Amino acid sequence: MVQDLGRPGRRGFGVTPSGAMDRFALSAANLLVGNPEGAAALECALSGPTLVALTNCLVAVTGADFGPTLNGEPAPCWTGIFMAEGDSLAFTGRVWGARVYIAVAGGLAAERWLGSAATYSLVARGGFHGRALKAGDELLAAAPAPRPAVAELMLPAQSRPPYDEEPSVAAIAGPHLRRLSAPSRRAFFRELWAVGRDADRMGYRLEGPELEISGPDLVSFGLSMGCVQVPPAGQPIVLMADHQTAGGYPVVAGVARVSLPLVAQLLPGDHLRFREVSVETAQSEWRRLRASLDSLRQ
Amino acid sequence: MKVAPLGDATLLAELGQRVDTALNTRALALAAALSKRRDVREAVAGYGSVVVHYDPEQVTYKGLSGAIQKMVQAKPPHAEPGRLHRIPVVYDGPDLQEVAAELKLSVEEIIRLHTEPIYRCFMIGFVPGWAYLGPLPEKLRLPRRRVPRTHVPAGSVAMAGAQTGVYPLPTPGGWHLLGRTSVKFFLPNSDPPTLLRTGDRVRFFAT
Repeated sequence: MVQDLGRPGRRGFGVTPSGAMDRFALSAANLLVGNPEGAAALECALSGPTLVALTNCLVAVTGADFGPTLNGEPAPCWTGIFMAEGDSLAFTGRVWGARVYIAVAGGLAAERWLGSAATYSLVARGGFHGRALKAGDELLAAAPAPRPAVAELMLPAQSRPPYDEEPSVAAIAGPHLRRLSAPSRRAFFRELWAVGRDADRMGYRLEGPELEISGPDLVSFGLSMGCVQVPPAGQPIVLMADHQTAGGYPVVAGVARVSLPLVAQLLPGDHLRFREVSVETAQSEWRRLRASLDSLRQ
Repeated sequence: MKVAPLGDATLLAELGQRVDTALNTRALALAAALSKRRDVREAVAGYGSVVVHYDPEQVTYKGLSGAIQKMVQAKPPHAEPGRLHRIPVVYDGPDLQEVAAELKLSVEEIIRLHTEPIYRCFMIGFVPGWAYLGPLPEKLRLPRRRVPRTHVPAGSVAMAGAQTGVYPLPTPGGWHLLGRTSVKFFLPNSDPPTLLRTGDRVRFFAT
């Protein structure tokens, strides 16, 4: 489906930001083809589409590796790819990761709703008629390619987030961490967590040690992407791009921006471990990762 | 007041845990004041809290927390009462009889009690247009349904605990369904896309 960097400023009306699950990968795909980093691009979960170029264009494929091919030959990820009219971009199958991003020079023409082209399925707004793409849909570029199509920019592996099927996820102690018993606090930051079957754009349910949580009910408050809630049953939920904007479950931790791409690329059955960081450490790790996106600007 | 991070660019300022108009008014005033700052991208008021999405390139977590502590001490500006919405309801909900039996009230009494107060919109959230209205009269308070419904139609007027509200979209839900209204609470073609704002007032009437 069509995504961008999310819908700003409407949380107070219950409208979640949406946007790319892996915002780093979407930004990188856009910058690799010379777009503004928040241009509308495709997010494809689990499998990739077959796209036939109706005109010459420059594209970039980032995020997960679903085995991209150009006219049947292996095509590189994290770099600009020139497609001539009639060329076909396809995917042989998932190698690792959950979500691939495909940007086209000029950005995708998309329906904007409340300041963003992000698809929000719950209300069927934004993106491509508010829905996922299906075979036969035709996508147009929003604008002519912003610069001559030179397919040579690339982002080397060491400049990308440290994607892994068992990542170490930086998390900051949240407002209600003290509601966990001392052993549960230790377990939260030490044990391995499995991504459960309920893992979608709204959030991931995690499976692992049962956490002991206590305390009186909270009145509802605002939430954000990366918040780790613990309902009374003790199984944490990580909120993702289409998360509910308010809730009342205790928030024991918040995933740092630098690690959200790692979580976005996990599938049910994958694992993660949380590592506790301070706000300041998380921010400086983000600045370092952010610098590799800035290196793509020309 | 307690300030704590929700991430590395978001924090939660908790003013209190009561369902209370004065507390909610303070949270709204704090959110409005924070929204005016250049280093704040978005400030969202809850019942008694504010979530602040800030730009760490312009302000540190400690700097912003300190500023919030100072802002809370300032006397809140006088708050005008919110707009009053009168919402027509057909009280024919699928849970009405069951609720009447559990509360040992007649259906007429439930309707009278539900239409009597002017409710406050304490917060909008969860899904687009969902308004947390309350407080509900003590006599109407019931815990949520043990088994939530997988599908509640948009426009359903419902209650649970000390809260009442109207489902803005067809969603799953665990509240007791008292009736329905034709008034739309989610307005996708408007901006803001909701009928209500936090701080507005609502009174239901039976039709």
